[in-house]
Amino acid sequence: MSAVLAAERVAAGYGARDVVDDVSVGVTPGTLVGVIGPNGCGKTTLVRVLSGVLAPRQGVVRLDGRPLAEQPRRAVARRVAVVAQDAPLVLGFTVLETVLMGRAPHLPSLAFPRAHDLVVARAALARLDLADLEARPLGALSGGERQRVLLARALAQEPEVLLLDEPTTHLDLRHQVETLEVVRQLCRDGGVGALAVLHDLNLAALYCDRIVLLVDGHVAHAGRPEEVLTAGHLAAAFRTVVHVGRDAVTGDPIVLPVRRDQARRT
Amino acid sequence: MRAPYLTARRLTATLAALALGLVATLAVTLLIGPSHASLGTALGDPSTPDAVILFRTRLPRLLLAAVVGGSLSAAGTALQGLLGNPLACPHVLGVSAGAALAGVLALIAGADPVSPLVPAAAFLGALGTIGAVSFGARAGGRTAPHAVLLIGVVCNAIAAAGIMLVNAIVSYAQAQGVLFWIMGSLSTQSYAVVGAAALYASVGLVWLLRYSQDLNLLAAGEEGAFQLGVDVERVRRMVFLAASLLVGAAVSVSGMIAFVGLIVPHLLRLILGPDHRLLLPASFLGGAAFLVWADTLARVALGPAELPVGVVTALLGGPFFVFLLRRDLRRGMA
Repeated sequence: MSAVLAAERVAAGYGARDVVDDVSVGVTPGTLVGVIGPNGCGKTTLVRVLSGVLAPRQGVVRLDGRPLAEQPRRAVARRVAVVAQDAPLVLGFTVLETVLMGRAPHLPSLAFPRAHDLVVARAALARLDLADLEARPLGALSGGERQRVLLARALAQEPEVLLLDEPTTHLDLRHQVETLEVVRQLCRDGGVGALAVLHDLNLAALYCDRIVLLVDGHVAHAGRPEEVLTAGHLAAAFRTVVHVGRDAVTGDPIVLPVRRDQARRT
Repeated sequence: MRAPYLTARRLTATLAALALGLVATLAVTLLIGPSHASLGTALGDPSTPDAVILFRTRLPRLLLAAVVGGSLSAAGTALQGLLGNPLACPHVLGVSAGAALAGVLALIAGADPVSPLVPAAAFLGALGTIGAVSFGARAGGRTAPHAVLLIGVVCNAIAAAGIMLVNAIVSYAQAQGVLFWIMGSLSTQSYAVVGAAALYASVGLVWLLRYSQDLNLLAAGEEGAFQLGVDVERVRRMVFLAASLLVGAAVSVSGMIAFVGLIVPHLLRLILGPDHRLLLPASFLGGAAFLVWADTLARVALGPAELPVGVVTALLGGPFFVFLLRRDLRRGMA
């Protein structure tokens, strides 16, 4: 299936410096693409370009074949949802109010929710294990809970494309797994195309259909997890010796860092 | 504990309560003043001195205070939301001073103080200042909240210097007229002036309300608002225009009145929460009642002598501003 949202040979950055250069990435319905790479390699910049916040200096981002920049924002927001990294929030709003804001692109300008919007928002909350917190102000939540509220808001947008920038960073193990389960389910059952920047290589191996390894603003490797997550690729990209094993049951790659003194011996 | 989201019913009920409070305020303050007047006598015979005091002198003044207080508060709420700085208000950012400078220039150029030219000039002055503050505090597509305040203070100083410069250049008689206009008095206004100001203000308010949900989304950062479908640049422009209209209307009929646009939005945000769909109209009603009470205090505090209402609001608002600044400092925000 062809990509619904695609960056085609984009270069983008801040000031005079290009943070990503000549990068092509596509988000296909029903699949989860993982973007991995060392700090500062351009992962967040790539998400910002794909979401339309940052205009590419070269190349183009297309939504359904048409340039993203030429489409009205509200129409785009009905189809593309973004969970940014450490997005600022207004702490006085309740959880439900914040998630209802995800309905804004579907509603007239004053956006009083209809019954249907409440159903969608509460379903998103339930999916992320936040149903009991709906009346709490965001200021009373933990960092991990706020991060899940942001994802719930994105789900309330009922998007076709979901862009996630490190959605699991502040989460404990259970919620890391549950967050990615939700995203995977949306892809498998809802036909959503998702792209997630992930730091945890093992989670990436476990959940992503495809992985893009970004190094110095370029795509170093892209493909199925077992093609990209090799000891050689990762050692070169992260400049760290790693050991890549296989899960005995699933065959998924398992990435383990290797201590420096042990690395020298092997 | 408030409802987990803003329902149309809660919005209507809250605004109805505030409107009722404003009407009660007007009714009570109508009867408060240095000279005694009986409402019964006044209603019985419109030619009595009582009727003249209540309906020719006091009522238009109360209504004007309501329009001015409401306009400044609604503009303050909008600017705080849009610029992401809780200390933003028309006075602190120099928007009022910019409007006053433009109004003064119109007066010097020969415009009649009650002509529609003065509010139009004040509107343009407010717009120019908001534009300068917003543009100056922007870099790389983002507004830096602390820079908003610093540039606002600079704009305020420049506009104030401009007014003094004009006053130094013009004739003594003209300077007297300018000073009288600038001082911020709500007295001796006709119903026609009140009506004109109310018209400007209501256009600004209704315009602003259209963008209240966009302001909610913008309060959590421009990038997030953009991703939720807000045309950020358009909303910024529209809110600037509407806020300028409100400030221009207020300044052109009352000069510069400090801190109304700061105190009222904050108190209401504490009580009602951050939703601009409720907060903007509530600020207008609450600010209207606040300034009516402040003006009543100004009328009676020193016996027969009268304080400028700006003195009352500044004495209340100055310490409140410091309190907010201290609170934000402790939270590491300022």
